Amino acid sequence: MAVALILLLVAIASVLFHVYSPWWWTPIASNWRYIDDTINLTFWITGAVFCAVIAFMAYCVFRFHHKEGRRAAYNPENKKLEWWLSIGTAIGVVAMLAPGLVVWHQFVTVPADATDVEVVGQQWMWSYRLPGKDGRLGTSDARLISSENPLGLNPNDPNGQDDVVVQNDDLHLPVGKPVKVLLRSIDVLHDFYVPEFRAKMDMIPGSVTYYWLTPTRTGTFDVLCAELCGAAHAQMRSRVIVEEEKEYHAWLEKQRTFAALSGQRDVAKAAYKTGSE
Amino acid sequence: MVDIPLDQVAGIPPAEVGEVELYHPRSWWTRYVFSQDAKVIAVQYSITAMSIGMVALVLSWLMRLQLGFPGTFSFIDSNQYLQFITMHGMIMVIYLLTALFLGGFGNYLIPLMVGARDMVFPYVNMLSYWVYLLAVLVLAATFFVPGGPTGAGWTLYPPQAILSGTPGQDWGIVFMLASLILFIIGFTMGGLNYVVTVLQARTRGMTLMRMPLTVWGIFTATVMALLAFPALFVASVMLLLDRLLGTSFFMPTLVEMGQLSKYGGGSPILFQHLFWFFGHPEVYIVALPAFGIISDLISTHARKNIFGYRMMVWAIVAIGALSFVVWAHHMYVSGMHPYFGFFFATTTLIIAIPTAIKVYNWVLTLWRGDIHLTVPMLFALGFIVTFVNGGLTGLFLGNVVVDVPLSDTMFVVAHFHMVMGIAPIMAVFGGIYHWYPKVTGRMLNDLLGKFHFWVTFIGAYAVFFPMHYLGLLGMPRRYHDIGETSFVPASAHDLNAFMSVAALIVGFAQLVFLFNLVWSLFKGKEAGGNPWGATSLEWQTPETPPGHGNWGKELPVVYRWAYDYSVPGAARDFVPQNEPPSGVVAQGAHP
Repeated sequence: MAVALILLLVAIASVLFHVYSPWWWTPIASNWRYIDDTINLTFWITGAVFCAVIAFMAYCVFRFHHKEGRRAAYNPENKKLEWWLSIGTAIGVVAMLAPGLVVWHQFVTVPADATDVEVVGQQWMWSYRLPGKDGRLGTSDARLISSENPLGLNPNDPNGQDDVVVQNDDLHLPVGKPVKVLLRSIDVLHDFYVPEFRAKMDMIPGSVTYYWLTPTRTGTFDVLCAELCGAAHAQMRSRVIVEEEKEYHAWLEKQRTFAALSGQRDVAKAAYKTGSE
Repeated sequence: MVDIPLDQVAGIPPAEVGEVELYHPRSWWTRYVFSQDAKVIAVQYSITAMSIGMVALVLSWLMRLQLGFPGTFSFIDSNQYLQFITMHGMIMVIYLLTALFLGGFGNYLIPLMVGARDMVFPYVNMLSYWVYLLAVLVLAATFFVPGGPTGAGWTLYPPQAILSGTPGQDWGIVFMLASLILFIIGFTMGGLNYVVTVLQARTRGMTLMRMPLTVWGIFTATVMALLAFPALFVASVMLLLDRLLGTSFFMPTLVEMGQLSKYGGGSPILFQHLFWFFGHPEVYIVALPAFGIISDLISTHARKNIFGYRMMVWAIVAIGALSFVVWAHHMYVSGMHPYFGFFFATTTLIIAIPTAIKVYNWVLTLWRGDIHLTVPMLFALGFIVTFVNGGLTGLFLGNVVVDVPLSDTMFVVAHFHMVMGIAPIMAVFGGIYHWYPKVTGRMLNDLLGKFHFWVTFIGAYAVFFPMHYLGLLGMPRRYHDIGETSFVPASAHDLNAFMSVAALIVGFAQLVFLFNLVWSLFKGKEAGGNPWGATSLEWQTPETPPGHGNWGKELPVVYRWAYDYSVPGAARDFVPQNEPPSGVVAQGAHP
């Protein structure tokens, strides 16, 4: 009796916890509301199944627990019941999978007007690169990495000269514009993770991965690393600032290009040489 | 061997081959230490697995202390936290659960349940245990090598696993990989034994479709393990070569601590595919024996045949087969080609159907049963609650797009602890309370058992159910300290502290269990041969604990399936598998 009651209480407590929990996802800041909707749908279906199974089990324990003289029924199989349960389960699975795959298709189909933004992960900081006036990012190669060229950009690629490089600082994005986030790592696996965006993807040294999103509200959002990357994994932080187009351009104006950065370093080096002579 | 007249037992032909003489121990050493008796090897496996499991339990306390009260314990820093999670995960999944289910339960139960005198290759079986012990010792040694154990996470993903930014990069990772390689060698020797014994050494009348589901679960899991572990084996060897000889199987051109490394041309994703080609079947290698044990516990203690036996067998086989085509659902956000997501999400959610059938059949077995709320039954009920909970959250993570926000968060940690941590351990405990009387001849203390169950079940649920919501909130896993963020409210820290307290209480309850194991060995109630009134063969041995060779002079002959409980018209509410049919019980013959 008590056992049946406790089982039932576990189910009820779980539902109450779910309903009254103050811990819930962060307010969304991207176009991936569909992901939230699919999660909600999954909660409804799985929650109903969970409660039904536990309630049925609790009822069985309550109704059929051992008493003097009770004898169990003998029924090895019930083909019909087993088939109906399988079919019912299959319908529930399809109800979750079908919308899931539709949204996944959107997730992997980058709109043609999305702007490229590169995120570079390294132990343990984030850097960013935005295309310059030409709208294209130059090529890069890990072998080109040096203290003068920390992101390994190709100095001979004309597309790369006007690329805006933001090293170890916040990333700014304009609100309402689709962005294709190109993800690159120069050492180990990382994962560019902004909880409010819902999207995330690992970055792998040697390849460029991507996802896309459209920021839907302005604000400042934390960037965390979601793929274990060594000792300071938990401290690998940055911020994304989503702002109106005008403010974004004002920020962009102040950033330095790859050409300026490498040129300036050359100047600094030359000055040092002269000074030492 | 005595032939039974055919008119009495239609359909059971005489044995085709005679018995092979067993190896008989001649000294204390060969009887209890270098023993070739599967029952002794089973106990050796179980004690070793539980001992190293205690280390993992202590590590979990340290982790929970850090998560619940970050900054309070100066002796836990980021590096150590990573080492704790890595060793905890590795020990629990491989050295405890896999070894205990297959090496422990498998060794003890397979020969007894199928009516064999021992495993078919007793010497190899003995070697299997000693290689396993060596693997455990090498694993334990990593705590004492310079730099400590590896902190690469139990998935050991390269490149970071072998680069200098990760703790334990010097010796820890080398010992870890060596230990895994040894474990797999040891397991292969045992695994071949289990498979061949089930296929070749069943007693007369024990058709495959009369085997208890425990044997089906362990057998299928072993076949899977023999197919899956080689992927981990090669991955470990290749990673070891990358680390020691500078090959680049998994290492692309990359920068290590600001310097261009010597590596180039390899693929980190390749390791992930190999790892998860092992890693996903591994989930079911742990789950299927648990499924089998739970089926038998429920049937025996509800005094009712398992509902839908044939469907249960097919579900086990289907899950085993399907689990080899779902591995990349662990890699939805790994950067593999996004179109793989469609395929793996579909196969993953299809697996929910045979799994759901198993759950339905367990609860339908309870329906109109005669439910004895013994400790094994309580653990079976606890298993169903936690397994259903963890299985259902699997539908979130398996559905590719839902996984995107949840992957690498505490939601994943909560999910896999519920489904392949708590649930299988419930099956382990239920199984130990159920079979301890056969192994030792004495019952475990009932009151301590009930205390152990309620604290473990409610406590573990209180740890892992709320944890899902921290994941929804966006808390990443493998963080020793979430630190400053704009999205984690202060209340989340209180929740973490609550979970830590619950975890420590659950840990305490395990000490009660260990005490019970030792105390009952000397002071427990005498069990007799068949205290639960069970039908399967292991309860019908002439001696308890079963002697060398299990069956005395003659092997048992099996006339029926393992689930003839409460057969209408039968005098008792169970009919042992080796009881010859008479007119009265003909109804019970099945299938």
